[in-house]
Parts: sequence; structure tokens; C-alpha cells
Amino acid sequence: MSPHRLDVLDLTAHRCRELLEAGDVSATELARLYLHRIAAVDGAVQAYLLVDEEGALAKAAAVDAKPRGERLPWEGVPIGLKDIFCVKGMETTCGSRILKGYHPPYDATIIGKLRAAGLVFLGKLNMDEFAMGSSTENSAFQTTHNPWDLERVPGGSSGGSAACVAAAEAPWALGTDTGGSIRQPASLCGVVGLKPTYGAVSRYGLVAFASSLDQIGPLTRDVKDAAALLDIIAGRDPRDSTSIGLPEPVGTPSRTDLEGLRFGVIKEFIGEACEPGVREVFDSAVEMISSLGGVCEEVSLPSVEQGIAAYYLIAPSEASSNLARFDGVRYGHRASGADDLYEMYTRTRSEGFGPEVKRRIMIGTYALSAGYYDAYYAQAQRTRTLIIRDFAGAFDRFDFLVSPTSPSVAFKIGEKTADPLAMYLSDLCTIPVNLAGLPGISVPAGFSQGLPVGLQIIGPHFSEKGMLGAAHALEQRLALPLVPPLAEVAR
Amino acid sequence: MTLIKEGWEAVIGLEIHVQLNTRTKMFCGCELSFGDPPNTHVCPVCLGHPGVLPVTNEKAVEYATRIALALGCRIADYTIFHRKNYFYPDLPKAYQISQYDLPLGIGGHLDVELEDGSNLRVGITRVHMEEDAGKLVHSGGASGRIDGADYSLVDFNRGGTPLVEIVSEPDISTPDQARAFLTQLRSLVQTLEVSDVNMEEGSLRCDANVSVRRPGAALGTKTELKNMNSFRFLHHGLESEIERQLEALESGERIVQETIHFDPASGLVSSLRSKEEAHDYRYFPEPDLTPIELDDAYVERVRQSLPELPAARKERLVAEYSLPPKDAGSLSANKPLGDYFEALAAATGDARMSANWVMGDLSGYLNAAGLEVTASAVSAEALAELLRLVSEGTLSGKMAKEVLEAMIDTGKPAGDIVAEKGMGQISDAGELDAIVARIVAANPGPAEEFRQGRDRVLGFFVGQVMKETKGQANPQLVNELLRKHLGGAG
Amino acid sequence: MISRKEVEHVARLARLHFDDEELARLQGELSQIIDYVQQLAELDLSGLQPTSHAVALKNVFRPDVPVQGLTQDEAMSNGPDVERGQFVVPRIG
Repeated sequence: MSPHRLDVLDLTAHRCRELLEAGDVSATELARLYLHRIAAVDGAVQAYLLVDEEGALAKAAAVDAKPRGERLPWEGVPIGLKDIFCVKGMETTCGSRILKGYHPPYDATIIGKLRAAGLVFLGKLNMDEFAMGSSTENSAFQTTHNPWDLERVPGGSSGGSAACVAAAEAPWALGTDTGGSIRQPASLCGVVGLKPTYGAVSRYGLVAFASSLDQIGPLTRDVKDAAALLDIIAGRDPRDSTSIGLPEPVGTPSRTDLEGLRFGVIKEFIGEACEPGVREVFDSAVEMISSLGGVCEEVSLPSVEQGIAAYYLIAPSEASSNLARFDGVRYGHRASGADDLYEMYTRTRSEGFGPEVKRRIMIGTYALSAGYYDAYYAQAQRTRTLIIRDFAGAFDRFDFLVSPTSPSVAFKIGEKTADPLAMYLSDLCTIPVNLAGLPGISVPAGFSQGLPVGLQIIGPHFSEKGMLGAAHALEQRLALPLVPPLAEVAR
Repeated sequence: MTLIKEGWEAVIGLEIHVQLNTRTKMFCGCELSFGDPPNTHVCPVCLGHPGVLPVTNEKAVEYATRIALALGCRIADYTIFHRKNYFYPDLPKAYQISQYDLPLGIGGHLDVELEDGSNLRVGITRVHMEEDAGKLVHSGGASGRIDGADYSLVDFNRGGTPLVEIVSEPDISTPDQARAFLTQLRSLVQTLEVSDVNMEEGSLRCDANVSVRRPGAALGTKTELKNMNSFRFLHHGLESEIERQLEALESGERIVQETIHFDPASGLVSSLRSKEEAHDYRYFPEPDLTPIELDDAYVERVRQSLPELPAARKERLVAEYSLPPKDAGSLSANKPLGDYFEALAAATGDARMSANWVMGDLSGYLNAAGLEVTASAVSAEALAELLRLVSEGTLSGKMAKEVLEAMIDTGKPAGDIVAEKGMGQISDAGELDAIVARIVAANPGPAEEFRQGRDRVLGFFVGQVMKETKGQANPQLVNELLRKHLGGAG
Repeated sequence: MISRKEVEHVARLARLHFDDEELARLQGELSQIIDYVQQLAELDLSGLQPTSHAVALKNVFRPDVPVQGLTQDEAMSNGPDVERGQFVVPRIG
């Protein structure tokens, strides 16, 4: 098959692999295909912070130099990486001015795994600064635009990753999820986004936002790809004390029905906050689940309503400590001409961090400071215990829980930036899942006002295999058209 | 409580940091370094790069447990690390991973033997684990100190080295007691072989919390006294700070809770006033590390592996070797020294003589050369050979000292040196008898004086015999033979 | 409501500088957020232990075995100001 008859819009990672294995396309041709696509549309989408054309082509050439029979399964398949992963020698900014020019002297563990698997790195993807945000508007460098409507946000913080996959600027991408940052942008951009169980994937080399909540996960065009990418990156890492890995590889999901499965519909997530259009799509999806043999019933998790409050104490507290290392001493931006150390620290950090990051550092520092720890941080961690219990109780009755991923479709760029608290409230459905360390996946469920709506499936700890199976069955049945009407615009 | 001055008592608590001698750092695989070029024993973890994570060194946990057990602490069922947050250039993550309200060991004690022979039981509040900071060098100022420096340089080789912090109860009342406590604590930790515990090198550090009060009154405001990096300075610093506080209180001032800096050059203490406010460390549990739950089996295993501690060894030396307690104490304070003594005693069969030589000439040589006994040029076996020559009478004590010096200089065995120098003490009674007889015969005058009762004349004859034998005659034998040949009173 | 003084104190702790306008805005935003999270302080959760780790693990260690680190050049490579193999910082006093 001649490469120029290949359309990126038809490609998933699995399809790329098949074509490479069959010799229908070379790794170099495939890389060029995506690089061309990026050149054509990223001017409008602005998903990429850095495109590594040279590196990608060099890697692709190395793959092509190997006889096909000797290649690893995924060798030569391109991938996009959220700019939050340390890639040795490649600029890693986390969407922040404070890390502009920072070249990590080491690879994140998952980056090592991707390299070993032979994947071709296309470049680094835009994100909310230090993963703090739900719209990717907090990036210090550029705002990413939703491929479904360029005047709207792609969601965040992995907005670049979601938009990239939606616009077919890579067959798949990696993002991170602390309070919904994979699932919510996946929902807003009409792609699949998976947050694995806390500890399934190593965090070594992931620039930390909230250590007890962060997880790395795939954003893909379909559930099969998400399963495959999860298997590549999952695993216990001796360099990450909190990592456990998965009990077994998830393999290729093949389920076609949902017979015998019980689904709990989380009452608190389909309340007033939910847009009517989203609610409609969600209800249809629930009907679809039933038609596939799944039994759906409403379940109440009363404590999830305190989830946002708990999250906005725990996450900023941990972040305020994690981000203290950005002090201008050993790497990153340093303010010039400071008279003394205190001035150097203060000006460096004030110049280098954006307003949302500063806001969260302030909240976190306050919550941990003398006299407030017990009322705020410790109390939030107790709330967490309550949330974990509620979920555990629900999983006694149900195999999986479902909800809309986001209470709204993609909002307009600039619409929510004036009100931080309003922005925080849009994470209602996703946050409790991180607090409990559970796996969650967003699959496209339909459209409202022409914009994608995602369905969230939540499973017990380490239930990824079953969860992906169920997601696959639903996805196959829904058979949604997932190509955004994106005109080609030269950068 | 011992009064520090008429009407006043001092209350002292010590905070000791012990740097462990594991192979690698507390939370990463970098090797510990000593005097290597800067930033050559570092990795992304101990440099605090974005994205890195700590992983706990299991050996450090074992060593910390040894220390806690040796101090009689209870080992916590559940112990966790906390982050202690503050900004300083030698702290790469801007937080130190330490322990806060769930430390590894609590509630122990150290029985301290004081100068007067009495015992002072000092409580140990807690023992916990943490990581060391990097090293800061201040440049451009006069004395290499912070004040007046233009800028500073940071080396992270030391950053991340495992530390064990030991906190004592404020059961200490005088600088002497503090010094005794630290000396004996050092000795205890040294026996465990988990640290070099060398104050000058920084593997043993000590800060003090000091306050004064009228006996029976509530505790006074305490200050934190820092920068005492030798036993002498600890003593001096405490003296100076207690004096400062007493002077202040007696002139109606109040003591401010602050950090006090000891200046070894002047012997004075001064307040470390900086424009920074009191630290708010914002402690919270370290989310990147798991809790540590050491079960009974583990604790027992570590307890079984503990060597004989100094207090127990001292008792045993008294019992087994009939040594006076003071000597036993000196020999058990330092494990290698005690080992040397016991090896020597076994080889010579004479504990008393062995003890005297170890505490005397051997220690003298080691101290002058600045060596630990493990680096002694003369092994216990070699010294045993020398002592055997003394017991046999081949060498006098005085000659043996000379031989020892030669052994140290040349590394040769005692026997070889004695042979080379022809130093064998003449103990052949027949040979000596002939010499003594000749000398007595040659000096009738002094011989007569001796017979008349002038005992001191014996010294003249001894001198003559020694001159004749180049000092190698066995003095005891000479004495006997002279009396025999001189006869008379005496 | 968080006082202006408290905001200034927290900013110092965090080594952040804000001008008057920013401080005023921040005071408002932080107060709003703290008022919101205040709802937690009212819950009676005294019977519950705080959760630090959602997925419980314990006793994760590494052996006391050296692992290759960075060369001095690599260590200094991102340093904004380095001298003789060390990181330079402005005067501390």
C-alpha cells in the first residue's frame, strides 16, 4: 500500500502495527505521515510544545534497519508524550517557564519502557502548568484548542495529549491524571482516556504534582489501544516505592456483551451540576449497557460530595512541597541580579510560576502551616478514608460504577478562567476516583451540541482487565464516528 | 540535680546526629564519599531533580534499629517518614525526609558513669532516621563563615547520607555530665560498628538545648546551642551559654528562645539573628515512601546480632581478668582497644601486665601518632612477644620500651630487634656473679662503707655493674648478688 | 476570611512575591477557596484514621548496593550558575 494513500484518520496504534508488520509501510514513512499531519493541523490545534522531527526520524530509521522478523511488536509505532515526563536530553518544561531549557539527565521509567519497546517519540505535548488545571489554559506557552471546536478548550491538564490523539497527530499518547486530567480531556475531545489503579504504573520520572494521587495513563483512539499501551507501561519499579504493577497483563479486550455484570450509576454525579445534554447522552449510554446485558442500578456515595474539598486540600498541600525544589539553584530558571538568596528564591519562583500554580502553592502552604494542619490536611485525609469506604461498599454490590466523565462538554476558551473555584467544581466526577486510587476510564459515549461526551467507568483496585473488557464491549456497540471536522491549517 | 552555681541549676538536653557508615545513601544508590571532588557522588534523586523518588536503604534501617536497641528503646510497630519543609541551598528538594511523630525508637536510656564514680541515668526520648544535607562553602568573606560572604558554593556529595538522630531527655545538669554522656554514647555507637562517630569529621554531631532555673521552679526558656564540633567545644559552649543565661537573668533580662551559635575561635556564644522568621516546617507524612512495620522476629534478629556493649564488657573484664573497674572501663570504652587487650591477655597469660601496657605505652604511641588501635603498627601478637621477653627476664621494663619504639619504627618483631641490638638482658647468674665479684673486689672503700650501714652506697655498685654490662644486667639479680658479695648489714 | 497579614506570611513561607494588587486578589481567592474547603472541618470524622496511601503497601526497601550515578558534568549540566564543580548561590546572610 502506498503511504500517501494512508489516511491518519483511519489509523489506530494497532493498525499502525499491522501495517508495519506486513511491510505495507515503513517506520520512516509512518513517522513522516504523522509529522506531516502535525505540520498541517497543529498550527490550529497547538497540541505540541516540541516536535522532535530529527529524533523521530532517526529512531524510525533505526527500526527500519532491523529486519521485520526481528522487531518487537510495537517497534516503529509513533507516540506523543505529555511534557511532564523526563526524557533524557529532551527539553521538559511541564508547561512552565520555570523549567524552560531544562534537559533532564535521566529517563523516566516509563520512557525507558517505551524506548525498549521501540516506540518513536514524536514530541512533547502541551499541558496545564505542572498539571494544575482542567483546560490547558494554564500552560505558560500556548493554549491548546479542541479539535471539535477550535474556540473551545480540550480540557486539562492533559489537553495537549487528548487533542493530539483526537486530531490524529499521533496514534496514541500518554498523559497523567491527578484529579481527572486524563479522563476529562478525553471526554471533551472524544477519545479514550484511562487512569490506572494508583501504583500500577511507575511514577519515577513523572514530575510530581500530588504524589499520592498522580498516575500515568494512555489516551487513545480506541479501548484496544489503551489496553496495549497500559501493558507496555505498567509494572512494579524498584525506583518507585509506591508502585505495585498489575497482577497480570490486561491483554487484548475482546468482550462483546455485558451479560452478568452489575453497574452502579453514581447518583451524586448526575445531579444538578450535570448539563442536560450530557445527562441525555449518559442516559442513552446506560440504556445501551442494559441492552448489552448489564444490570444498572442507582447507587449513592454520599461522601464524594466532599471529594472536591478534600482534593483541593490534599493536592495543593503535596504540590506546595513537591514544587519547592524549583528554587533556581540546580536547574531551570534563575532570576538574575538578586542581591541575596532570599531575593533569588522569591524572584525566581515568582517569575517562573503562573498564577494558578502560585494559587495552589499558597493554598497548600497555608493548609500545612502551623495551627492548620489538623483542621485541613489531616481532616481531608480522613475524608479520603470515608470516600474509600463508600466505594468499597459500592463494589460489594456492583462490578463497576458509571457516571458522566465531566458534567459539561468543552467550554469556550476563557470562559472559566476568571473563577478558579468554578473550574475546580468541574472535576466533580473524576476527583473521588483519584482519592480512592481506583482505576477509571472515559470512553466516548455520544455528542451534545456537536461536542463529545464521555462515559466514565470506575472499577475496584486492579480491575483494569475487566474494566477494559466492559469498555470495549460498549465502545464496539456504540460505534461512534470519532473524526473531528478539522480543516487542515498550515502552522 | 547538681547545682551549676549557687542558687541555680542548669537543664541540658542533647540532640545527637550519627552519620551511618552504610555503603550507599539513605534514599538512593549513590556511594558515600569522603573528600572526593564535589558533586561526583550524586544522582538525580539526591540532587532533587523533578520527577525523582526516594527508596529506603534497608541497611540504614537495620543500623538505626541497632542503635535504638542498644539504647534500650522500644521499636515502634509502625513508623513512617515525614517531610520537613524549608528552603536552604544545601537541601535540594527544599524538604528533608525525616521522622516526626512516629519515630523508629522511643523511651530508652543511657547509664553514664561520672568522674566521681556515681551513675547518671539519662533518658533517651527518641531515635529516628533522616537524610543529611549537602555541604555549603561560603566564599568571599573573611573567615569562610556566612557573615560577610559574597556567595556560597554547594556540593551535594554528602546530601542524602543516612543519619540517625538521638534525642536525650533534659536529664543533664552540667557541662561535665554532658561531656561524659556524649563520650559514652560515642563509645556505645562505635561498638555497634554502624558509624565512625568522629566529631572532627562530622560523623558525630551534637547540639544542645540549654536552660537554667532556680531549683524547684518551672523550666526556664531554653535556647538551642549549635556548632560545637569537638568534645572540648561542647563543654566550652555549654559553659559559655549557661554563663550568658545566668548573667542575663541576674540582671533582670529574659531569655529569648533562639538559636545560639558557638564560636570556637573566641569561645563565645552569640545569637544567630537572621531576617528569616522562625521555621514553620509544615510536617506531613512522606507520600513517596511506605510505612515501616518491623515485626518481632526482625527486632529479635537485630537484638541477637548486637555485639557485647561497653557496660557489659566492663563488668566481664572485671570478673574475668580481675581488673580494677577504672581500668576495665578504659579498656571497654573502645571496642577495638578492648579486643586488642583481650587478645594480648590471652597470648601473654598476664592480664595485669597486658592492661598496663595497653593503657600505657601502646595508648601513648597511638595518641601521639593519631592512630586508632586498628591501625597500630604493633599487633597484639607482636606486643605479646615483647611482653614475654620481659616476663622471662630477658628485658627490663625500660629496655622493653626502647624495643617497642624500634618495633613501631621498623615493624620488625621484638626478637629480631633484641638480637640485632644485642639487647638481651643478662640474667645468667653465673656470668653476673663473676662481674659483681670483680667490682666489689675493685672497690674496697665503698664496700666497707656499705658494711658500716650506708645503704645508699649500693647505688654506686649497681651503677658500676650497669656500666660494665652496658645496662643490660638484670637489676633484681644484680641487687641479690651485690648483697651476697658485700655481706654485712643492709 | 484570610487576613492580608496571613497571606503575606504564607507567601514568605513559600518564597513567592506578590504586589499589592495581586495580594488583594489572592486574599479574595484564597478566602473563597478556604471557605469552601471549610465544610470538611465541620465533619465529625474523629473515628477515622487519615489515609496517606490509597493502596496500602509497607516495608518497601532497596538493598545497600551502589548504583551508577551522574558524572560531575552531568550533575552540573542544568546549573544556572556553577563554579569549580559546585552550584553557586548568592550570599545567604
